[in-house]
Amino acid sequence: MTNSTLSSPHPDPEPLSPLLLEVEKLAVRYPLPGGFLGRSRRFVEPVKGVSFRIRAGQTVGLVGESGSGKTTIGKAIVRLISPHSGEIRYRQERIDTLSGARLRPYRKRVQMIFQDPHNSLNPRLTIARIVGEPLEIHFPALRAQERRDRAAQLLARVGLPADSLDRFPHEFSGGQRQRIGIARALAVEPELIVCDEPVSALDVSVQAQIVNLLQDLQQELGLAYLFISHDLAVVEHMSDLVLVLNEGRIVEEAPPEELYRNPQNEYTRKLLAAVPSL
Amino acid sequence: MNPVLRKRSSLWQQLLARPPGVLALGLLGFLYLCALFAPFLAPYGPGDQDLQRTYHPPTGLTWTQEGLAVRLYENADPTQALYRPIPGKTAAIQWFPGGHSYRLFGLLPCRRHLFGVEPPHKVYLLGSDSTGRDVFSRLLYGAQVSLSIGLIGISISLGVGLIAGGLAGYFGGWFDSLVMRTTELLMAIPGLYLLLALRGAFASQFGSGEVYLLIVVILSFLGWSGAARVIRGLALSLRAQTFVEAAIVTGLSPWRILWRHLLPNLASYLLVAAALSIPGYILGEAALSFLGIGIQEPSASWGLMLAQAQEMKVFMCNFWWLLTPGAAVFVTVAAFNLLGDTLRDVIDPHFRTGSR
Repeated sequence: MTNSTLSSPHPDPEPLSPLLLEVEKLAVRYPLPGGFLGRSRRFVEPVKGVSFRIRAGQTVGLVGESGSGKTTIGKAIVRLISPHSGEIRYRQERIDTLSGARLRPYRKRVQMIFQDPHNSLNPRLTIARIVGEPLEIHFPALRAQERRDRAAQLLARVGLPADSLDRFPHEFSGGQRQRIGIARALAVEPELIVCDEPVSALDVSVQAQIVNLLQDLQQELGLAYLFISHDLAVVEHMSDLVLVLNEGRIVEEAPPEELYRNPQNEYTRKLLAAVPSL
Repeated sequence: MNPVLRKRSSLWQQLLARPPGVLALGLLGFLYLCALFAPFLAPYGPGDQDLQRTYHPPTGLTWTQEGLAVRLYENADPTQALYRPIPGKTAAIQWFPGGHSYRLFGLLPCRRHLFGVEPPHKVYLLGSDSTGRDVFSRLLYGAQVSLSIGLIGISISLGVGLIAGGLAGYFGGWFDSLVMRTTELLMAIPGLYLLLALRGAFASQFGSGEVYLLIVVILSFLGWSGAARVIRGLALSLRAQTFVEAAIVTGLSPWRILWRHLLPNLASYLLVAAALSIPGYILGEAALSFLGIGIQEPSASWGLMLAQAQEMKVFMCNFWWLLTPGAAVFVTVAAFNLLGDTLRDVIDPHFRTGSR
């Protein structure tokens, strides 16, 4: 199913842009508690064999209701979770088998923006430290002052004042914190950003600002996004290709116009019908 | 946006804005300064005996033409250690007299003391004990042992607890199980018996320095388990926070995550835990010394001085001044608890992970 859709003329805005991420038959399992000596024989499988691809500069939307496995897929891609089976390849290199320091080159290319802006920033660190930390890891040649300057540039790029550097996360609003999270993700100069419900926790007016910021950054830096959301309107606005996820499986895969005009799958139709219209 | 939270230094400011905090800090500061300058403040050494003046009551102070002076006493009834002031006879207090030599902070050789009287006479601000040693001087020297043991003990046990609990909570798995079962084992045995057994295992004669170290090690060995359990729980909950996931995605090594992201968030808890646990060490040392298996004579510690006070004679003849080390322990323990409670009040409303 995957290949046929991807090879169709619709999904890619620039069909020749290089393939970044290939996810093939990805499955994630968690053991259920119980069993003898912690050896559980029962599992939940939030993701059951999912395959898709992301090309450079492309935005792939991932929609589904709560519990459909969206976030789990995102976390597996950034390797916060190890997949149970299947393959994840990045620029033809398998990354689902790497661990520890060998993941580091990959971490420089793929970053994540988190849903909850209140928890995703360490309350005890200043913004300069938070944004400077990825620079420390991935650009070790930079000196402290250079890191600080770069952090200030990044903050300016996401629309935060320069005096934010020495402040702490609690001094910012939700939207501002999300901007800090974006600046942190941008610091490593990634190619792909996994956006895990980046606007779901924000006010509607702020949502639009963040979505526009993400789009501007994509234009400017040629970023690819995996945009995870339950908000169909936002996904439609953002994505070049939409994957509809239900109970850990991709049930439909289409460019947004097509999907919204002519949903093929029963579940997609239900999901679309559930969108409150104003 | 809470302005009180703006800077980390505001912890001090907040503490100093609360009367109990000021009181506790002031008391503790005073006590530790006394301990630090004990050889200078004390007119006599901790082991200076005077068998002619056993169980001497605190000497009265009067004002004469020569300035401040102490009354002189005659021994009215040696069998009951009954001393009577001799009317009109006094000895002037000398300021900064020379005396026995000592090293201030263990370094600077010194002979001067804060005060004293002309040698055949003696000044006993808090009376003398069964061998005529000055209780006031011994109280000061004892403070060095009793007050430092808490600080050293808590640093060791919180250090061990932080490493064991932090790693257990962060990594989980078999290490977690190992650490947690060990702490349960330690906590399942009543503390005092374990303390006695451990001390008994090293029963042979030690010098007082070695005994001091031994007590610290034993107390820390017992003390780390509680801290480790709480720190493990905190690490476990912090680990699930998104900012730790963000740090992993950034590519930080586990050690760096522990050091930079978990430790600062544990700091408020550690501070409160330290302040509230130090009394346990002070009391533990006092208990061991009281039972005769802690600090040995002729060194001084508050527990050891209290052990002397358990003689029947002390109660029969009302030698109340021998109980002053108890008052010192009480004041210290109360001040640390007050400090801990105030710190918790300051920290808790904002950082709920710091609660116990």
